Amino acid sequence: MSRATATDLVYLIAIVGFILALKGLSSPKRARLGNLAGATGMIIAVAWTFSLPEVHSNHRNLLLIIVGMVVGTAIAVPAARLVKMTAMPQMVAIFNGVGGGAAALVAVVSFIALPSKNIAIYKIVEILLGVLIGSVSFAGSAIAFAKLQELMTGRPITYPGQQAINGLVGLGILGLVIATIASPSTPLLLLVMALSLVLGVIFVLPIGGADVPVLISLLNAFTGLAVAASGFAINSTLLIVAGTLVGASGTLLTRMMSQAMGRSLPNILFSAFGSVITATGGEAGDASRPVRSGTPEDIAVLLAYARKVAIVPGYGLAVAQAQHTARELADALMERGVEVYYAIHPVAGRMPGHMNVLLAEANVPYDELKEMEEANPEMSTTDVALVVGANDTVNPAAKNTPGSPIYGMPIINVDETQNIVFMKRSMRPGFAGIDNDLLYDPKTTMLFGDAKDSLTKLVAAVKAA
Amino acid sequence: MIATAAGPGLMGLITVFVLAAFVGYEVISKVPSVLHTPLMSGTNAIHGIIIVGAMLVLGEAHGAAQVSLGFLAVILATLNVVGGFVVTDRMLEMFKAKPAARKPAAEASAAAAPGASETGGSNGAAS
Repeated sequence: MSRATATDLVYLIAIVGFILALKGLSSPKRARLGNLAGATGMIIAVAWTFSLPEVHSNHRNLLLIIVGMVVGTAIAVPAARLVKMTAMPQMVAIFNGVGGGAAALVAVVSFIALPSKNIAIYKIVEILLGVLIGSVSFAGSAIAFAKLQELMTGRPITYPGQQAINGLVGLGILGLVIATIASPSTPLLLLVMALSLVLGVIFVLPIGGADVPVLISLLNAFTGLAVAASGFAINSTLLIVAGTLVGASGTLLTRMMSQAMGRSLPNILFSAFGSVITATGGEAGDASRPVRSGTPEDIAVLLAYARKVAIVPGYGLAVAQAQHTARELADALMERGVEVYYAIHPVAGRMPGHMNVLLAEANVPYDELKEMEEANPEMSTTDVALVVGANDTVNPAAKNTPGSPIYGMPIINVDETQNIVFMKRSMRPGFAGIDNDLLYDPKTTMLFGDAKDSLTKLVAAVKAA
Repeated sequence: MIATAAGPGLMGLITVFVLAAFVGYEVISKVPSVLHTPLMSGTNAIHGIIIVGAMLVLGEAHGAAQVSLGFLAVILATLNVVGGFVVTDRMLEMFKAKPAARKPAAEASAAAAPGASETGGSNGAAS
């Protein structure tokens, strides 16, 4: 067997590992095994690549490769081990961004290394795609990271003529791409890279904090495609397949997420959603409408003597890192014989599926977590819905107010329960900036304060009740 | 037509690309929303395969520009691949181990106190 055939075979095994990794994620039971298959595929591919003469014949470069890997591992392992589960979205963003950056650099270096720049058009197009998509992904992910890490405001950043400026940068890149195809040169390619980085930044600026997770999923798909493009550039089937797998699955995931938010992808990307506080649902919800607020003791009694309680966690719970306290409350109630379940909206938390990760971290068995479709039929027989730091995902305006910005978004129907308890910091509207009529409903009791403090008080009060 | 002696040629690569796109689409179409975050981070780790590309270009690099950019590519790609897999494994570990350890206890307490509520969600039907 020739070395080339052996290489193809080994890389094929790695690809099978990647597909198994994706396949494993269709159930929580097999997911971890799948991820291990993916990691094994990666290790096999990297180990075999070391045996290739291209990689090991130049000893200085080989040493640099090893040093680079050691440096990368030394940074990545502690970062990945120590990150808090609530900070997971920005961690994924940054790991995604560096992948995009690497893909762009691989394409650039493969171009610089060409002995003659007089190459087939398809080759230069492949290189350009790798540089362009990879750079957009890198810069976009960096801004997404800054937004989620609160290094900058999470609100959409808009300025006059934004669309026009974005359009001009896009056109500029297009012009440069055509120029590079016409007469390929390294300076032109580097210009494409620079302008693509700018595009990545200005593309992400107008996207609001709560929409950023969908954006990360999209940028993840971008990085996959950048890797595939770089794979075309260096004739590597392995890179093409792995990159395309991610590109396709990432695109599908992005679509599923935007459906869960009841909005189209263009709307999420281009509408600067949440930049203006609108008062669509209801008559400008301020002090003019009566609100009933309760003490932790009142609410503890309500909960302790209920038959069935739904905990509806949201972004506020994630921000307050109150997932452990929420579980303590659930345990305290269950000890008293109350039936408790968690009703989880697909986009609750800071990232789709994020709430499940947080509650899993707090040792909540995943069969107590009910997805929206599963939880909604239970609402009419539920005595108390305890809404912790969620607002938009339970706002009936999504069902009843056709003019509302969130109209059409699937919600958790807490309005069908007997009693609703809202734990919120204030009467401020949720991310979408829409007033929630449910806050003024006669069956609603408000418990103001930080989610974690309030939950701690509730746990004590329930134990005393 | 364009195929060269070495490698599968452009058409071969495009074929692979199209087929991989369908596989990627099919294979995750059944992922429950519970696992969306690990899925994002898992696919993130897989595109870390760019590490192989980074190794190949740095291995053959000549001159300061190629070597320094290639070196940077290796570092970035390593961050991607190592960070991606470690973070995903950390998340999935929580999903897998805890319910198995906790569930028997929950069932035991339910059995000990008859009339106490069901804690499991497997019986989705509300009577």
